[in-house]
Amino acid sequence: MAQRRQLRVGKEWMYAGDAEKLLREAMRIQEEEDGRHGGHKQSFIRKYIFSIDHKWIGIQYGMTALCFLLFGFSLMLLMRLQLGWPGHAFSLLKVLGESRAPGGILLPEAYNQLGAMHGTIMVFLAIVPLAVGAFGNYLVPLMIGAPDMAFPRLNMASYWMYLPGGLVMLASFAATGGTAQSGWTSYPPLSDIATEGQTWWLVGMIFLITSSLLGSVNFIVTIIQLRAKGMTWMRLPFFVWAQFVTSFLLLLAFPPLEAAGVLQLMDRVAHTSFFLPSGLVVSGTKLAVAGGGNPLLWQHLFWFLAHPEVYVLILPAMGIIGEIIANNTRKPLWGYKSLVGAVTFLGFMSFVVWAHHMFMTGMGTVISAFFQTTTMIISIPSVIILTALLMSLWGGSIRFNVPMLFALAFLPMFGIGGLTGLPLGLAATDIHLHDTYYVIGHFHYVVAPGTIFAMFAGIYYWFPKITGKRMNEFLGKVHFWGSFVAINGIFMPMFAQGLAGVSRRLYDGGLQYHHAKEIAAATNPFMSMSAWTLLVFQAPFIVNFFWSMAFGKKAEANFWHATTLEWAATTSPPLAHGNFAVIPVVHRGPYEYSTPEYTEADYLPQHHVIGAPPATSGGGMLTAAAVAQREA
Amino acid sequence: MSEHAIIDVPPHSAADEAEHAGVHDPNLHHSPEEIKREVRVYLIVFVALAALTAVTVASFYALKSYPVGVAISVALIIALVKGSLVAGYFMHLLTEKKLIYAVLILTVFFFAVLIWGPWLHHSSPFN
Amino acid sequence: MDAHAHAAEHEIEIPYNVYPRPDTGLYNGKLGIWLFLASEVMLFGALFSSYILLRTGSVNWPRGYTFLNIPLATANTFILIASSVTVVLAWANLRLGNLKLGRIFIAITIACALLFLVNKGIEYHHEFVEGRSPATNNFMALYFTLTGLHGLHVIGGIVVFAYMAGPGAKMWHQDRNRYTNRIEIAGLYWHFVDLVWIFLFPTLYLL
Repeated sequence: MAQRRQLRVGKEWMYAGDAEKLLREAMRIQEEEDGRHGGHKQSFIRKYIFSIDHKWIGIQYGMTALCFLLFGFSLMLLMRLQLGWPGHAFSLLKVLGESRAPGGILLPEAYNQLGAMHGTIMVFLAIVPLAVGAFGNYLVPLMIGAPDMAFPRLNMASYWMYLPGGLVMLASFAATGGTAQSGWTSYPPLSDIATEGQTWWLVGMIFLITSSLLGSVNFIVTIIQLRAKGMTWMRLPFFVWAQFVTSFLLLLAFPPLEAAGVLQLMDRVAHTSFFLPSGLVVSGTKLAVAGGGNPLLWQHLFWFLAHPEVYVLILPAMGIIGEIIANNTRKPLWGYKSLVGAVTFLGFMSFVVWAHHMFMTGMGTVISAFFQTTTMIISIPSVIILTALLMSLWGGSIRFNVPMLFALAFLPMFGIGGLTGLPLGLAATDIHLHDTYYVIGHFHYVVAPGTIFAMFAGIYYWFPKITGKRMNEFLGKVHFWGSFVAINGIFMPMFAQGLAGVSRRLYDGGLQYHHAKEIAAATNPFMSMSAWTLLVFQAPFIVNFFWSMAFGKKAEANFWHATTLEWAATTSPPLAHGNFAVIPVVHRGPYEYSTPEYTEADYLPQHHVIGAPPATSGGGMLTAAAVAQREA
Repeated sequence: MSEHAIIDVPPHSAADEAEHAGVHDPNLHHSPEEIKREVRVYLIVFVALAALTAVTVASFYALKSYPVGVAISVALIIALVKGSLVAGYFMHLLTEKKLIYAVLILTVFFFAVLIWGPWLHHSSPFN
Repeated sequence: MDAHAHAAEHEIEIPYNVYPRPDTGLYNGKLGIWLFLASEVMLFGALFSSYILLRTGSVNWPRGYTFLNIPLATANTFILIASSVTVVLAWANLRLGNLKLGRIFIAITIACALLFLVNKGIEYHHEFVEGRSPATNNFMALYFTLTGLHGLHVIGGIVVFAYMAGPGAKMWHQDRNRYTNRIEIAGLYWHFVDLVWIFLFPTLYLL
């Protein structure tokens, strides 16, 4: 039966094919007119440097963050040379210069610098800008049906606070005495009396915190105010919920660290004693300060942020994994309401657990019991989220493409990371494990094969949307398998090392301990070799990424046949001006895959009007534009 | 099809929505009388704040001989009253929307944790 | 088409920039500024928390009232409260359609703020002359840090108001409501600065 469906566009009825042609023509004319009004073609600087388009800002964040990710990784690679073969001369280490690695042998001070900056760069310059600044910025407006963020200029400002902050951090390597070397945690009194680089670190942090703050205001207002018609709270993709909670964490938890940074700057530059106790003696000389300060004050203010910060690191990742799992199982996420409840509860609880990083500071049993209790409670929503994601696989029609491989790996890796957190959250076991390699293993499992794998998954998943091209599946699989094996090789032995008592931040990797030197000597070279192997397996990714951008095969607008608006209601890449030809109206939830009543496809986009023609390669613009339709 | 064929899609701007829905920002569409009444309230609040400032300083002198805890409590209570007046009237929190209250209640809770957390951590009987 | 429309053409129209979203009852900037103020509550809260921790942990805590200039600080408190009033008066006048009076009141606000800073400068100078600096002891460190950070916020407010009363007033002619909203938002920020001082004043000078 040949039925020709007609659509009413505005006041006219026309056949779908004609309507689509007309819409394209109108868009072309509009772009031409935009260019014709002399002087209004955007300058290069306006379009690419100081852009206010959330999509381009997201790309700026992404490219910058990936560079920092590689740089932070390479700092660790240098450290692992020393850890694997202590005291051994490596010509590669000579790049650090004679003051840091004379004759290619890393000095302990240089080791500390690499360590402090590896942590700082990975957390503040790589992961958060990638997870929130890049993925969040690019995708949130698209997913909620908004033309841009609520405050586009503020968005630009936050990127342009991030980049200078990052550059200040990099510049600190050139400071007299080297860069920051008191750990990413910058505990006083050591950080108070450390060399000049620490001051640069503090200045850099103030830029970064400001950037974060501006960004978080933007995200929250955007998600609350700019949801399209029909996009109710419980129809939001889980990714958006994750970004929403994350933004509240950034908004309310960062300011205390900013305050602490100001106090430490005052200690270092104005010779105050906020964190310096009385009677401190440094290298035999009494410190000429007023004293009366409290080093624990820094720890409280630092961890008040840094604990929510770890949830900032994981929540966007969980959001990405949720989207990819729903899409590649062709069924809705299991327990959407539980996921939303869990992620909100998690965000709230994250503010009242911070002192579990301070169990060894001499706290009393009552306070210790309080924080142990809240820490145990906070593990519940984490488990709920992981369980929901796992249950989502059950009965699914799983597509094992590259994003899904990374997403599937995320689940057990995050599981290991989470479970190993439990003995750390209980003071009795933490006595033994605090400040050992067990801690390093725990948090790296969550962030490295956890979050970073989710970042990779997200890149492979949304690459076709952002560029309109496809990445190479084979190279992606090589990247995945090599990384998966290598990354476990680095971090799994750390639990054994920690249990044996090997301390963190040790220049010799534990060889100085009589009771732990065998295990250190046995595992460190293997871990270092795994680290360098991991580097090698990033090559297929980097090659794939750039080659596909230039020469990749064209990808259709809704490449993965997804239901969410960023896939189904936009072109690939989305329209530069306003994202949508017509702002979509939402009619259903985000994961209507394999909906029984809808037999035309195994996915039913959120904005699709049932009965209208399925989304064309125009990305469903037409279904969005169709006000009504009738049969011819 | 003429060169400037225009596709007439339904309007979807916020201003249109606002007008169509008959919704307007209460802050922008008050009558001049209402606004003048508000101004009178602001001036009364100003006088109250000035008076309370004077009370703060006066109580400081009056409570010199009392334990410092009393002075702290009195000063804080007066400051809270003044703060509430500024927040309630000048920042029009008394007529603000639920969402703002929600954000502020959340913030106040975390503020309390931030104030008491480190302090309790270090004071007996918690030590 | 005039130049403003050209510029507006290329700016994406963001919904609810001026008129409130029906279900939340808020326009974007209003929500945005309250969120920002929430973060500022946490910022100053951290500093107050530091004050409490350092003071309760100290043996000999210097009392500000023994050497700080209470009359001057009291005057400053009045000045700041007055500037809060002039801000709401500015906003009220703008809502009545009176740009001229609105700008005058903003100018008075700026004048009060500048006077506040001058007084602060006099206070700081007095401290330095008497040999007290942030390095002297933790009370002085907190005094300078707290009032210094507050002072930076005052300067920020002055910059914003100066812009809005000056070159920024062009917006009134493009979109009256948008301009009025901007003043409302700046006013909210300013009231918060006043609020912080309301707590700072007794804490540092009287307790």
